[in-house]
Amino acid sequence: MPFARKRAVAVDRIIVVAFNAPFRLEDSGEGMKQGVDPDDLTRPFWEAANEHRLVIQNCAACDRLQHPPARSCHQCRFGDSLEWKEVSGRGRIYNYGVVHDCPIRLLQEDQPFNVAVIMLDDDPGIQMYSHLSGTPVDAVPVGADVEVVFEATANGQKVPEWRVVAQER
Amino acid sequence: MSTLPAPASVYRAKEGLGLWEHRGKVAAVGIGHSPTFRRWDGTPENSVGGISLEALRRAMDDAGANPADIDGLVMDPSTTTGAFWPKGKPLPWEAINAYRRTDDPLDGITGLSAEWILANMPELTGIGFTTYGVGCMSNAICVAAQAIGDGRAHTCLVLKSWHNLEGRYYQGGANAGEAIPGSSAIRSLWGTPACFGTAVQFAEYCRKYGKSHDMMAPFIENSRRNGLKFPEGYWAQHRPEEITPEDYAAARWIAKPANLFDNDLPIMVSAAYLFTTAERARHLKQKPVYILNHATSRTRPRSLTPTLDEVEEDTARTARKIYEGAGITADDLSFENMYDGFALFHQFHIEGLGYRGLKFGEALDFYQTDIGISGPNPVSPSGGNIGCGRSRFWMHTDCIQQIQQRAGARQVTGVKPEIAVSGGPMPVGGNYMVWSATPD
Ligand SMILES: [Zn+2]
Repeated sequence: MPFARKRAVAVDRIIVVAFNAPFRLEDSGEGMKQGVDPDDLTRPFWEAANEHRLVIQNCAACDRLQHPPARSCHQCRFGDSLEWKEVSGRGRIYNYGVVHDCPIRLLQEDQPFNVAVIMLDDDPGIQMYSHLSGTPVDAVPVGADVEVVFEATANGQKVPEWRVVAQER
Repeated sequence: MSTLPAPASVYRAKEGLGLWEHRGKVAAVGIGHSPTFRRWDGTPENSVGGISLEALRRAMDDAGANPADIDGLVMDPSTTTGAFWPKGKPLPWEAINAYRRTDDPLDGITGLSAEWILANMPELTGIGFTTYGVGCMSNAICVAAQAIGDGRAHTCLVLKSWHNLEGRYYQGGANAGEAIPGSSAIRSLWGTPACFGTAVQFAEYCRKYGKSHDMMAPFIENSRRNGLKFPEGYWAQHRPEEITPEDYAAARWIAKPANLFDNDLPIMVSAAYLFTTAERARHLKQKPVYILNHATSRTRPRSLTPTLDEVEEDTARTARKIYEGAGITADDLSFENMYDGFALFHQFHIEGLGYRGLKFGEALDFYQTDIGISGPNPVSPSGGNIGCGRSRFWMHTDCIQQIQQRAGARQVTGVKPEIAVSGGPMPVGGNYMVWSATPD
């Protein structure tokens, strides 16, 4: 079965799995991402994802987003002004690769699959990766608009994912 | 006291530093390589400690240096290609006990301390300075050059070694688990192999400049051809196989547009150089190769992976640092040996350098011209990682050998080998060296 179709199934599931519902691994099916164990640094990011909100670390002093999250701001080097800022959940496809030799066991049966680099509209310097559910393998529309969706991983933790909403601007 | 990493201030990471204060006053003289292996065979002599001793002794022999005259050791204590000793697997005591050991039984097996080296090289009686250049040989040579220039040592051995164990690496550990920590998940959940970032940059490069992956074939072919003329290299020693454009086109993808041949092969190998002052170098056996500058990029990408814009900005900045400290321009380069592991970023390095006047977006067309060792525009005469296996040091060895006119079948003949540049690894973040036949 092509990867794109399986991925679409996985995304659909988030609509029917109630928030906080007990999650059973046997429900996960094929092609699911590994589960996530939120840690101190990233917990707000993952908690927001479970509430279908996308938050990015922001330095209030510099008014500058940064991702991946870090203990201090890469610009001013201080950690005191770091906060979590909700962003629009809209972005654009920078470019992509097609993964044929994946190091993660859970994803290997889905090879080959797309991984796109998404640039956020709120700040194109901020990137997120995406499997681009619903987009055929190696047919990724570079430059297209995307919007965030939230997908369940193998342990029920949700993760921001993206889907194409409009072709190149 | 245990050896410490060199402080960040040792590296020349900023623009505007002017000429390197020790320009032409430090030289590379001796080279020692161990044999190469795909993986460790379990024997003591082929352990990472064993092959390191071999490389170090060969470097001293090559230079005609008396071991008692060596007063510095600069090396990288990390030796992994990605392989670690599996948890719960019995330790290889036969190999461990074949040498004088340190507190860590895997020292000399899956890592290497300066203390282990000194314990097992009793002939090094004069060492007063040890430090780590952590990362690659490119780090260690920058640290050693600066240390000698600063007078912390007058004659240094510089060492980088790699171990590789059984099994496919990156496939175990967290990658085989059902869940991973949140901090790594932000980057790792999507299953991207190591070459993914470079693949995306290359895809964007092709889109922006109207190029295609097949235009890389001459570079790959040239790299392997040069590598097969490098008797110290893995492919020359074990698998003397050329890569044709047809092979390249048919190779399986790893992360399209990066295929198998755009990736390098992890191996076990060790190399050592003997660095000394320009003054002392004159009395040693080999022709001195003078160091005109060392330079470093410590640029941090803004987010998950550098964009093409970030890459181009940083390679240009790195080139300005390289040229400024060496007091040269791109026109002075006889040849280049920038890093190639992944092959798809070599063009970023040489476009940043402006090698042979290249501008951004022009290198793939340049690859369609004569880039061989007998022509006027040699590209990667070492063959690099693609031609010799993953070590990240063939480029440095080749610069030294070419300038010493002892690169054998690989010797460049279309240019006079006077000034060359080598270094890496990544186009955003790396360490570089300018080598010269003369001190000024
Ligand atoms: Zn800040």
